[in-house]
Formats: sequence, structure tokens, C-alpha cells
Amino acid sequence: MKKNKQNLGFLLIYLCIILTLLALGLIIYFITIRGIKIISWEFLTQAPRAAMTKGGVFPVILGTFYLTFGSILFSLPLGIACAIYLCEYSPKSFIINIIRISINNLAGVPSVVFGLFGLAVFVKFFKFGVSILSGSLTLSMLALPSIISAAQEALIAIPQSQREASLALGASHWETIKRIVIPTALPGILTGIILSVGRVAGETAPILFTAATFYKRGNPKSIFSEVMALPYHIYALMTEGTHPKEQTAIAYGCALILLFLVLAISAIAIYIRQKQRSRYEH
Amino acid sequence: MKKLSMLTPPKFMKTRRFKEKIYKWMFAVSSFSALIFLLGIIIILFKEGLPLFNEVSLYDFITGKNWYPTYDPPEFGILPLITATLLVTLGAMFVCIPLGVGSALYLHELAGEKKRAVIKPLIEILASIPSVVYGFFGMVIAAPFFQTFFKLPTGLCALTASIILGIMAIPTVCSLAEDALSYVPKSYKEASYALGANRWQTMIKVVMPAAGSGISTAIILGMSRIAGETMTVLMVAGGAAIITSSFLVPVRPMTATIAAEMGEAAVGSSHYQALFAIGLVLFLITLIFNLIAEIISRKYRLKLGLSV
Repeated sequence: MKKNKQNLGFLLIYLCIILTLLALGLIIYFITIRGIKIISWEFLTQAPRAAMTKGGVFPVILGTFYLTFGSILFSLPLGIACAIYLCEYSPKSFIINIIRISINNLAGVPSVVFGLFGLAVFVKFFKFGVSILSGSLTLSMLALPSIISAAQEALIAIPQSQREASLALGASHWETIKRIVIPTALPGILTGIILSVGRVAGETAPILFTAATFYKRGNPKSIFSEVMALPYHIYALMTEGTHPKEQTAIAYGCALILLFLVLAISAIAIYIRQKQRSRYEH
Repeated sequence: MKKLSMLTPPKFMKTRRFKEKIYKWMFAVSSFSALIFLLGIIIILFKEGLPLFNEVSLYDFITGKNWYPTYDPPEFGILPLITATLLVTLGAMFVCIPLGVGSALYLHELAGEKKRAVIKPLIEILASIPSVVYGFFGMVIAAPFFQTFFKLPTGLCALTASIILGIMAIPTVCSLAEDALSYVPKSYKEASYALGANRWQTMIKVVMPAAGSGISTAIILGMSRIAGETMTVLMVAGGAAIITSSFLVPVRPMTATIAAEMGEAAVGSSHYQALFAIGLVLFLITLIFNLIAEIISRKYRLKLGLSV
């Protein structure tokens, strides 16, 4: 009786993991199988033609690259500086607590709310318009919490003795941070950044009203121009335009590129992290 | 070079100390960025959303059954949008709680070292699939399938949205629940085995309750993510602003309403204000979820004697 219950329970748990992997596997399978037919050299390197029914998606990929790069450019220095303050300078715990709670809550803000903020502040108030700049700034706010926590994790992993050794040699606090702490934590911080890159590249809601446009002739010329981006392009291909069949085919291609990019990026990051963790454990 | 005196501190020490202070302040200022952004979001939502309540009372806004923002006169009742968000979130929980927690139990209790080393990172990688890809999958594969399977007029409905959202939240719930399980001290398990309990009993009666608040944190954070998810519901939920308790009809959650209508709403119009007001409601809901999760996890970590 006791044994039967255990077997039944374990069976249910096996069922859970199988269903989980199956569901996630199915999504990747369908998009890969149908998307791969669309992908060609032409698709990757040319601009859209004939009202989005022919040609490639090169400007779209480029747009995603600009937005992602821009957002990391803004959030990276801020995020690392914040993590350094939280881990290396330990002031009154009350302030630290408030900062920590706001980081956690910022991480939980729905992405569309970031979009609203970006629209009201960057697009309207600062008059950046619907542009790469507005989109990058909005995305950088979204990336900030994950960069902070990744950097924090990397900083905490450094043995305290290394800092003490540096201080004992007469180095000041900042010198210790600059010469010892940051170089040692760098691989860990990089992993966190790569993971955030993956997340930012796939975000759609924050750029809906701050950066993205369905069609724009040619590549973006300045940071104040609107831009096409992979995630928004998939959405727009499915909901706008007049050639649903051809557009769906192109959307499959875009979805595969995006999926591949994001999964590859996070696989690299998680692989590196796995290696590092085992290094510290031994 | 000037000879340095041993008694008076040399000049470079002074500049060095000054530099130290500058750097410390620089870091301190940037550490407030997250707080400033969070406050900024709250201020903007209030500033842009509150003027609406000169026209519509808060009570009518929350309990109004009709969302006709473009009619003349417009009606701004967001009850159908709130119920849609609740319905879809509830539906998704039926998918992601059993599968997410079950998978976490598998990883923690049943998978051997080798399988764990493969499946855990795999699930973490899958957590990064963009929501628009889920939405796209829902539109082209899941919706037609459910349409023929349940013989519905349209496959874009609360059911499809719930299932897709539920699948989307599994990696989040699973990873967090697995973390919670791994914080349970090994001695708990050993004590249970010593009393003659088998693996299943130990898991259900000892490990699960000990990790209970950690698992509830995982579930609440999963819920918060589902309620705030935009692209999937925008693409899959169907978009009809009606109050319903049926999973088989199209619905229009709050996030989808904002995303779909902001493009058409003129800046400063009452429609624009109403969308910001919805954003505010949404923000408050997820804020409450996150704060509850925060409080539970803090108590839990204290209970297990972990650093907060």
C-alpha cells in the first residue's frame, strides 16, 4: 500500500516533467521545422520587398541589434555600479533594504508598463520621439534589475580573503575594487549581461510605442529614427498587412531567427555560469 | 622629485582620499537608480492616468461593465478587462503550478546527478523564449488546434491564452521552486528516513511543507509574471471586452488592451488617460503580488536560518 502510493506519486511527477519538456519542445520543434524553409541567405541579408511578402528581413535584425546594444550601453554601467555599492560598500542596512526591495519590484513590473513610462517620458516629455533612443532607454530600465542581480551574484562569490589581502597591501577601497574585485567578478558579470541581452532582444511590449515600426524603408540612419525589430515584426506580420499567407511564412522565419538568437545567447551564458560555479565549488 | 616628509601626510594622500569619496558617492548615487525608476513609473502612471477621474468616477471605472473608449460618449468600465486578466491568470495557474512544481520535485528528488545537470540548465534556457514567440505559436498552431478540437467559432480564446501562458510560466516556477527545495536542510530528510518514512512520504510530508513558503513565493512570482504578460494575450486571447466565466470565448485582458489601443489613442485624450489608469491598476496588482512574495520569502529564509 505504502509502496503503491509512492509509485503512483512518482509516476505523476515523471508525467509532469515529461509534459513540461514536451510542451516546450513542441514549440521549438514547430517553429524550427516551418521556419527553416524560409531561411535563406537572401532572407537574412536583404530588405523586405513587395509589401512585406518577399525579400528578407536584414533591417529588422539590424534594428533588434541596435536596440539591444543601446539598452545594454545604458543599463550596464548603472547596474554594475549599483551592485558594487550594494556588495562592496556596506552602509546602513535600512537604505540597502529599500534599494533591494525596489530592485525586486522593478523586476516584477509588467513590460507593457515600462512601455507606458517610455512613451510618457522619453517619447513625449524629452521629445525623443518614437526612436531607437527612446526604445533603448525603455529597455535598459527593464534590463537593469537582472544586470544588478547578476553582478551582485558575481561579487558575492569572490572570497573575502582576496579583498583583505589587497587592503593589507595598502590598497585603498576603490583600488581594491578596481584591481581585484572587478577583474575577478568579470566573467560572472559578463554571464549576467549575456542573459539580459537575450531577454532584451526578445522584448516586444516596451518597444510597441517607443521604438518599433512595421515598415521603414532602408536601414535606420540615426538614433532618432524609428526602427523595425524582430519581436515587433513577428507581431505586426501576424496582425497587420493584407497578405496573411505570405506574411505568416515570413513570420515563421523571423520567429526562428529570434528563437535561435535568444536560445543561443542564453545557452552560452548558462554554460559559462555552470562552468564557473563548478570552479568555485572545488 | 620633492622629498616626502615622514610626518605630514603627503599631498597625494589627500587627493587619494578625495578620489575615494568621489567614487563612493558615484556608486551610491547610481545604486538609487532602481528606486528612482520605480518611483518614476509610479509618478508617471498617476500623472497621466489620474486626470481621467475628473470625467469618470473611480467606482465607475473599476466596476463599469462596458469598455467602449471610442464611442461618443465613451464608456470606460474596466471590469471586463480585470475579469479577463483574472480568468486567464487562473487558467494558466492550472497549467503551471502542477507542471512547474512537479518538474521541480523531479529535478530535486528523482533525477540523478547526470539528468539534473542536463535538465536544469535546459529549463533555464527555455525560460528565455520571448513571449512574442509563444504568442506566435499560440496563433498559428495552438489556436487552430483548439478550434477544431473543441469545435469553437474561434481558437483565439481564454483557454488557448491560459494554456500558452501556463507553459510560458513553467520555467520560472520550476526554477524558483527548485531553489526553494534545495534550501531545505538535508537533516530534515534524514530524520524522516530514520523514522521509517519512505521517499514519497518524506517528500510530501517533510520536504514540501519545509519548502512551502519558498514554493508559494515561486507561484506568486509566476502569477505576477502571467498577469503582466502582454504579447501572448494580445495575440492569442481574442480581444473581446466582455465579462465571462467561460474559457471558450475571446477575452481582452488589461495588458492586451493597453498594447492594442495605445497606438490609436491621441495623447492627452481621455482614452489615453484611461489606458494609463489601466496601467496603474495593473502595476498595483503586480506590486502587491511581488510584495507578498517578498514578505513570504523573507520569513522563510529567516525560518531556515539563511541570510536574508
